[in-house]
Amino acid sequence: METTDLIIKLVLVVIIFGISLVVAMYSTYAERKIAAFLQDRVGPNRAGPFGILQPLADGAKMFMKEEIIPTKASGFLFIVGPSLAIMTACIGSAVIPWGPQMQVAGRIIDLQVTDINVGVLYIFGVVSLGVYGIMIGGWASNNKYSLLGAIRAASQNISYEISMGLSIIALLMLTGTLSLKEIAEQQHGFNWNVWYQPLGFLIFIVCAFAETNRSPFDLPECETELVGGYHTEYSSMKLGFYLFAEYINMFVSSAVMATLYFGGYNYPGMDWVAAHAGPTIAPLIGVAVLFAKIFAFIFFFMWIRWTIPRFRYDQLMHLGWKTLIPLAIANIALTGVIATLYNHYFA
Amino acid sequence: MPVKVFLFTSRMSIFYFIAFLSILFSLLVIFSKNPVHSVLYLIITFFTFTIHYIILNAQFLAIVNFIVYMGAILVLFLFVMMILNLNKDSEPTKSIYVKLAGVIGGGTLLVTLVAAMKGLAKSQPVVLQSVNLGSVKNLGQVLFHEFLLPFEVSSILLLSAMVGAVLLATKDSNPKSTKPTV
Repeated sequence: METTDLIIKLVLVVIIFGISLVVAMYSTYAERKIAAFLQDRVGPNRAGPFGILQPLADGAKMFMKEEIIPTKASGFLFIVGPSLAIMTACIGSAVIPWGPQMQVAGRIIDLQVTDINVGVLYIFGVVSLGVYGIMIGGWASNNKYSLLGAIRAASQNISYEISMGLSIIALLMLTGTLSLKEIAEQQHGFNWNVWYQPLGFLIFIVCAFAETNRSPFDLPECETELVGGYHTEYSSMKLGFYLFAEYINMFVSSAVMATLYFGGYNYPGMDWVAAHAGPTIAPLIGVAVLFAKIFAFIFFFMWIRWTIPRFRYDQLMHLGWKTLIPLAIANIALTGVIATLYNHYFA
Repeated sequence: MPVKVFLFTSRMSIFYFIAFLSILFSLLVIFSKNPVHSVLYLIITFFTFTIHYIILNAQFLAIVNFIVYMGAILVLFLFVMMILNLNKDSEPTKSIYVKLAGVIGGGTLLVTLVAAMKGLAKSQPVVLQSVNLGSVKNLGQVLFHEFLLPFEVSSILLLSAMVGAVLLATKDSNPKSTKPTV
């Protein structure tokens, strides 16, 4: 790899990291505004016009607050927990193709940090690693509520990972590749995977809610039962890291859903745009389209949170093991049969 | 070719470094007092295995090791350790005979392993035929053509283990009282 390529990749990494953080920051603001809208309130409106500086004020507050480490907590792991949570949240975005190849000054740039040939599995691995931050933090707090939250998080993540994996298998049977770049390229124009895998997408989005611990699956931090769940003992920026990790997770999983099922950076009429806007501007429009889809998903996450009440724990397990897994297996079988018949008679 | 030699040596030094880490963390698994710390060290040990697989150009194996062992099995280990909440006060004191039996058993295993190692010839460095040897496509081809029968048989083995576990878990005089309580 040339030095210039290396520098371009480095710049891309920094840009994506920055965008993830900014999106996560403004997701907190958006969440409060959307909650306010759905509950017919005004929401934050004091810091700056429309309260647009609210996330900065929140961040400053988080940093200024007193840092408390409980005496009985195991000190090192207490710090490892939130660090791991935010680290696993950030590394997921490395394999997402943010746009088609861009041409700048005669040089072709891939708008993707790395295209490993097992990209989908990489995402899956990062998701499965995400639970460690919560588990370690919850255990290290040496608090019964935290421990219960951590244990709930672990069992919930494992349960929903299975159906998530099964729903992806059905998708992979159609795409025939594990590379996210190729999956995005296959969905050129309006040929999105969601038209072929509606049930798989439904299962995937339910599991994505569960894996990001978003309501109605936020049992690990269920305040009516567990005070604050796994982050009961946390204060200051360590708590901020946990909350931030949740929003980054939401951003990354929205990006994954948009890429896997909703065409990524593809949109109808992209060929016409590519012909008229040139090889530098057209990919940027693709990036904008991808971000529009991501924001739509994030809005959906928030919409659900402020509309649907939390599950009971046995309902959660019932949904995961007895509804989603059989549905996902049926989806695999159905996809296999239809794909074989289609290839046999029409292709 | 100096570049290739450089790549080779750097790869070897990475190997030695990662192998050192693997051994270090697996020793820490045994020597740490707290069982939860042991599991955490085991997680790091498995992570170093993942890096070993990547060095060996087996990306699929690496990522599966990552997902299945680090992401699922060890989460369950950690889960059980956290629920049991073992510590020095609650640890049952073992009698001297049990300890003695453990020492003798472990020593015998060590002798057997050393003897088995001695019989092994030093392996020749294998020249990689293709870079994509460990890719999903090649692995799938091999699994579903050459090794189809063992593959399916092992899946039946796993299924029977799963059915057995479910049977053990639901063995209750009153089957209606098996609601999860966590």
